[in-house]
Amino acid sequence: MAGPMKMRATLFGGNTDVRVLMSHPMATEQQTKGKPHFIQNITVKVNGKTAIEGEISQAVSRNPVFSFRLKGGAKGDKIEVSWLDNKGETNKTEAAVT
Amino acid sequence: MNAVRRVLLQRAGALGAVLAAGLLHPLASLAAAWNKEAFGAKSAPDALKSLGAAGAAASKDIVIEAPQIAENGAVVPIEITSGIPGTTSIAVLVDKNPYPLVGKFDFMEDALPFVKVNAKMGESSDVRAVVTAGGKHYVATREIKVTIGGCGG
Repeated sequence: MAGPMKMRATLFGGNTDVRVLMSHPMATEQQTKGKPHFIQNITVKVNGKTAIEGEISQAVSRNPVFSFRLKGGAKGDKIEVSWLDNKGETNKTEAAVT
Repeated sequence: MNAVRRVLLQRAGALGAVLAAGLLHPLASLAAAWNKEAFGAKSAPDALKSLGAAGAAASKDIVIEAPQIAENGAVVPIEITSGIPGTTSIAVLVDKNPYPLVGKFDFMEDALPFVKVNAKMGESSDVRAVVTAGGKHYVATREIKVTIGGCGG
């Protein structure tokens, strides 16, 4: 179920812009008759250090896209985004800042 | 029982313990926190209470960028920027959704207090952004009209 993720991290006005796409059904209770399937936790790391931790609900759209901003940054900084859903499935992606 | 066998068994035991310790670690980090109470709340005030953010003060330093009219309730882009110094977290709530809390994002020192998320909206509703800064809570509200709901699927 854990489909591919896509991420782009670019320097923008001295800070780092992170856009990440996750492939996930994000199925709500109504859609699944009480068996929702959705991402619950998101972690954004910069060079191995956690920068953002998010908790989300089934109200986030299917195949979620998030934008985050990180202070400063430099070309080549390693950004890692991972998620964990309510069924214990997990996925992560890495990209270098360009 | 010879001595060699005994040593081998002891080493195997030690190896097993090391492996178990190594395996336990990722399991522990998988069990990340998820505020069941706040996400299960069926009204925005209840969700705010569960987040410990009841009685948040209105603030003009929180900017919610979103369409006034969303044609498709299944994907409503909501962008929140906090101009409040020392912002540590931003929560997003859609008042009229079955479970209003959409998400909560905690920002460490390397992050800027900004998030853009696509949310589902069942119907036209107020959208709230709740910011925590220095242990205090602030809120901004904005109405988004939806022409086609996105929760029923």
